[in-house]
Amino acid sequence: MAAETLFEKIWKNHVVFERPGEPALLYIDLHLIHEVTSPQAFEALRNSGRKVRVPARTFGTLDHNVPTTDRSLPIEDPDSRIQVEMMRRNCREFGVPLFDLGSREQGIVHVIGPELGLTQPGMTIVCGDSQDPTHGAVGALAFGIGTSEVEHVLATQCLWQSRPKTMEIRVDGHLKPGVAAKDLILGIIGRITTDGATGCVVEYRGAAFEALSVEERMTVCNMSIEAGARAGMIAVDEKTIDYLRGRRFAPKGAEFDKAAAKWRELRSDEGARFDKSVRFDAASFAPQVTWGTNPGMVVEVTGKVPDPAAVSDPSERRAIERALEYMGLEPNVPIQDIRIDRVFIGSCTNSRISDLKAAAEIVRGRKVAASVNAMVVPGSELVKEEAEKLGLDKIFREAGFEWREPGCSMCLGMNPDILRPGERCASTSNRNFEGRQGKGGRTHLVSPQMAAAAALAGHFVDIRDWPKN
Amino acid sequence: MQAFKNFTGLVAPLDRPNVDTDQIIPKQFLKAVVRTGLGKGLFYDWRNQPDNRFVLDQERFQKATILVARANFGCGSSREHAVWALADFGFKAIIAPSFADIFRNNCLKNGMLPIILKPEEVEAIFQDVKRHEGYALTVDLPAQTVSDEFGWSARFEIEPFAKKCLLEGLDDVALTLVHEKEISAFEKAHPVPYKS
Repeated sequence: MAAETLFEKIWKNHVVFERPGEPALLYIDLHLIHEVTSPQAFEALRNSGRKVRVPARTFGTLDHNVPTTDRSLPIEDPDSRIQVEMMRRNCREFGVPLFDLGSREQGIVHVIGPELGLTQPGMTIVCGDSQDPTHGAVGALAFGIGTSEVEHVLATQCLWQSRPKTMEIRVDGHLKPGVAAKDLILGIIGRITTDGATGCVVEYRGAAFEALSVEERMTVCNMSIEAGARAGMIAVDEKTIDYLRGRRFAPKGAEFDKAAAKWRELRSDEGARFDKSVRFDAASFAPQVTWGTNPGMVVEVTGKVPDPAAVSDPSERRAIERALEYMGLEPNVPIQDIRIDRVFIGSCTNSRISDLKAAAEIVRGRKVAASVNAMVVPGSELVKEEAEKLGLDKIFREAGFEWREPGCSMCLGMNPDILRPGERCASTSNRNFEGRQGKGGRTHLVSPQMAAAAALAGHFVDIRDWPKN
Repeated sequence: MQAFKNFTGLVAPLDRPNVDTDQIIPKQFLKAVVRTGLGKGLFYDWRNQPDNRFVLDQERFQKATILVARANFGCGSSREHAVWALADFGFKAIIAPSFADIFRNNCLKNGMLPIILKPEEVEAIFQDVKRHEGYALTVDLPAQTVSDEFGWSARFEIEPFAKKCLLEGLDDVALTLVHEKEISAFEKAHPVPYKS
């Protein structure tokens, strides 16, 4: 049998119907939904008299709109409240389980899927949310879809998909101390650009990814879309198996062992061929800070804001000029001279327990700079619970951080957590687009460690030079 | 979905690469629970500036039905609201050297034609829009061409299946349910893995 990639193995296992030269009808194992991209899909089901085909493979959560402050109070913004109430009504009416506010399972959709063991190796997983490739970290094929496709999956549990290309992103060697998974993926996007993986399912391979924890792999896979990829995935290893053992929806006892034996086969065969391949050396990555208005506009923390005058391509020069104007930055300014007003530690990229631990380690016993307003938003109720058990909330609070309730929060500011015009934020989220965190807000994407250190210093610092606690 | 019909329409130029869906429709409009009326949110932060400089604020482009854009158009968030907003404004086709995958899919599900042309062909359209007030293009989906009144034309590729769905305005779900037998058989062989 020909050597197959991990992607090819999963794809093959899910084709329900296929005609040569046409997209395949692919079965979807897990459909995650949230309140923003599902109302129109449910409405369409209602209008056509259709049902949710497999409610037992469909799970809802409330994350985008939810306040991160006192949850006993009603949601102030009427539009957000309507969307949340509509989600409750839709889930009730169509029999879909919902992890509602106040439930122990509520949280950001891409945090709770793996955390609850809903996300399992070898599965096809979709969500009306572009950050869905996060779930690929455990060897699943996960991709974001639009609302029409949400409707289609609700009604049929299937999707028509053209077979994507495969791309290998190989990073050999080991990351240097102080270089986080976030730095690795930001560095990769900087090198291959924001459409470097368009049309492709990426498999991250090599020693650098093997050395990452499963949560760190989620950070990497999460930002696959920021390189344009359909999905990102990492092969199953013993870390994956250990991560899944004992999780609420994972198989139990002998069934787990049976499943694990199958999961262990979920890796690309020796000699499997990819349509595209890039290779980097792990030692070449340093802590990263974005300076512009897309995630590919990124530079090492020891670097400077680029100078458009030094760029010969006119369209690239214009893009840099425009980004610098929006970001309120002058060319050639050292990154570490950039002062910040806000710090956001959270989002589906970096709000898991290991992220909060890493940030707390930097913060312990120190104070947030007087000029900075900083907040930590755990990714889920379970993350919050564990963090509080470990006393991380105290470390953050004593340093002057706000400790909030779980949700998407300031990653996209659909709730009241937004930047004011002109405010500059060190953020552990995934997008630095114009206005993403609030109209006129200026976002710099960084790792949790870098965000924590920036909060204390009031400007970006090289985490590698930062005194250890 | 409405069947796609060939048309001739005014072209509006958006000369920026990597236009993300956060720009096409900012977050505050995502709180909508219906698909209609989103045109007012289209490029909200770029429109309504005091100088009226943004292309869609200019009088000459008010009736545009074709948007010509640069590479990687529609990147970022999967929000289908971006396509609903473009359609509500009046656009029926978008021309660019490349599109982000999810955005392109969303277009196809809404009868909006994403046309990929070579960078030099896209550049030619930008130049022609500058040269000719009221510059229009004719989109012919069956022939897979765009052309102007001056004799310029370009051919574009589109998957046969997507083309057929657009031309016939096919309802995807109905199309899938034709395969009920295959889906049921698959489900029989692959039971739900969750026990709660």
